[in-house]
Amino acid sequence: MKGRCWKFGADINTDLIIPGRYLNTTDPKELAKHCMEDIDSDFASKVKNSDIIVADKNFGCGSSREHAPIAIKATGVSCIIAKSFARIFYRNAFNVGLPIIICPEAFEDIDEGDEVEVNTHTGKIINLSKEKIYKAEPIPPFMHDIIAHGGLMHYVMARKKNK
Amino acid sequence: MGMTITEKILAEHAGLKIIKPGQLIEVKVDIVLANDITAPFAIEKFRASRVEKVFDKEKIVLVSDHFAPNKDILSAEQCRLLREFAKEQHLTHFYEGGEMGIEHALLPEKGIVKPGDVVIGADSHTCTYGALGAFATGVGSTDVAAAMVTGEIWLRVPESIKFVFNGRLNPWVGGKDLILHTIGDIGVDGALYKAMEFTGEVIKDLSMSGRFTITNMAIEAGAKSGVIAADMVTECYVRERIPNSSKIKFFTSDDDAKYSAIKEYRVNKMEPQVAFPHSPENVRSISEVGNVPIDQVVIGSCTNGRLEDLQIAARILKGKKVAPYVRLVIIPATPRIYQEAMRQGLLEIFMDAHAVISPPTCGPCLGGHMGVLAQGERAIATTNRNFIGRMGHQESEVYLSNPAIAAASAVLGRICSPEEIGVRA
Repeated sequence: MKGRCWKFGADINTDLIIPGRYLNTTDPKELAKHCMEDIDSDFASKVKNSDIIVADKNFGCGSSREHAPIAIKATGVSCIIAKSFARIFYRNAFNVGLPIIICPEAFEDIDEGDEVEVNTHTGKIINLSKEKIYKAEPIPPFMHDIIAHGGLMHYVMARKKNK
Repeated sequence: MGMTITEKILAEHAGLKIIKPGQLIEVKVDIVLANDITAPFAIEKFRASRVEKVFDKEKIVLVSDHFAPNKDILSAEQCRLLREFAKEQHLTHFYEGGEMGIEHALLPEKGIVKPGDVVIGADSHTCTYGALGAFATGVGSTDVAAAMVTGEIWLRVPESIKFVFNGRLNPWVGGKDLILHTIGDIGVDGALYKAMEFTGEVIKDLSMSGRFTITNMAIEAGAKSGVIAADMVTECYVRERIPNSSKIKFFTSDDDAKYSAIKEYRVNKMEPQVAFPHSPENVRSISEVGNVPIDQVVIGSCTNGRLEDLQIAARILKGKKVAPYVRLVIIPATPRIYQEAMRQGLLEIFMDAHAVISPPTCGPCLGGHMGVLAQGERAIATTNRNFIGRMGHQESEVYLSNPAIAAASAVLGRICSPEEIGVRA
């Protein structure tokens, strides 16, 4: 995946990603319209397909709402690079098929607007604007297995069949 | 090498003798919980899997508590989805209308969660049940959908941090202050991915109500779970609510269990704590708050909407009136709490003080309904989060406190201690 970067600070919580007042729907397109609304009211209109979010520590803290990674994914964002992720958000992102990767070095070095290419399998992040390479923590093999099956539900169903 | 209570409960549910932090395990779950915000996605995914029946109709709990009583047409549709699924699957535990309470107050009250259980819930405050000596953690809707099919979940065994509270609590200081102080100390990611284990003489003397408040907010430090080993207080609580409670297996940590850190607090000088906007870690003692006028006060939520919280509020509000141009919203967390508050005359005290009494709902805590804030408004609430826009407009503010501080603040119209309005402990 390759895209332009949008930078966010530390502890971006799920209420900022998608405010509670919009949780009366499960429609991804509707949720995407309000993504990041309370921190950057224009985000949903500015962000383009395949763009990348780069954030500081503890991204996605707060509520367990799966609406958060769904809203981000529906804006067209292809990947999130962060210093660290809150644990429920981390699970949810994999479960809805939104690639995320942990790389403190990339967060420090990448500027908003940089063109960046990410390979979540190898953990290699290439900053095309700055001509630099960062090495992210690899995704645990178990998580790869879930992704290879096309998400948690498919993984669970395949295992149920084999039992 | 000894094991922590968390490791022992998880090992038992994974069918393993020994487990270590970092290990990926698959565990059997005793309770799978979702609400009107998170269940719709889970039901969608469950149906897409084409599995006909949930793994155990007695172990799935659905509660329509967030935007119920239905706040608008879209919410009504979401609540209907839960109702239809509960009917179709013949779920034992489905709660709405007059049987509905805020999930994390309702499940313990009804004896649905036992000490030693593994509970997953599509609600981040599922960690509340740790106060019963259970392992309980928040997950998303897809994890719930998968568990509804298999009765299992994959987990990474968390490292544990031990928090020891010693000394004697001052008047008006309770569970909320202990947890706010802790979050203020370690930060909103201070326990990221970890289990927080609370212990010490202060915890031992704390009621179940205060204990639930503490474990409820473990997620606010980024934790996977919060836990308090079951003791006599827990035993008394579950004996009244769970049939055959003598058969329940209680788990405790071994003396030589391994912790990633041990934090000790002496509470003798601790004052009531207030978390300033916009983070639960932004904590100050009440004497350091200064002049903070308020427009609204909310007493309720899965954190502080229990009977004991209402009793504290009533002690302060008795014979007093809410300050002019200030709204006080009180939300008993469950129908039983509501009814008991009525019997004890608490509701009369609240109404005489000009409080609004809401039916049980999460409502304003997440900016849903029953007390949403306008632009520039400021609230003090006994809830658990004060993020930007959490209770309404993105330019509104939420301060978090215990029920005593919230009630006193309603009377004075600015954040204050009960002493400032002449109420002695």
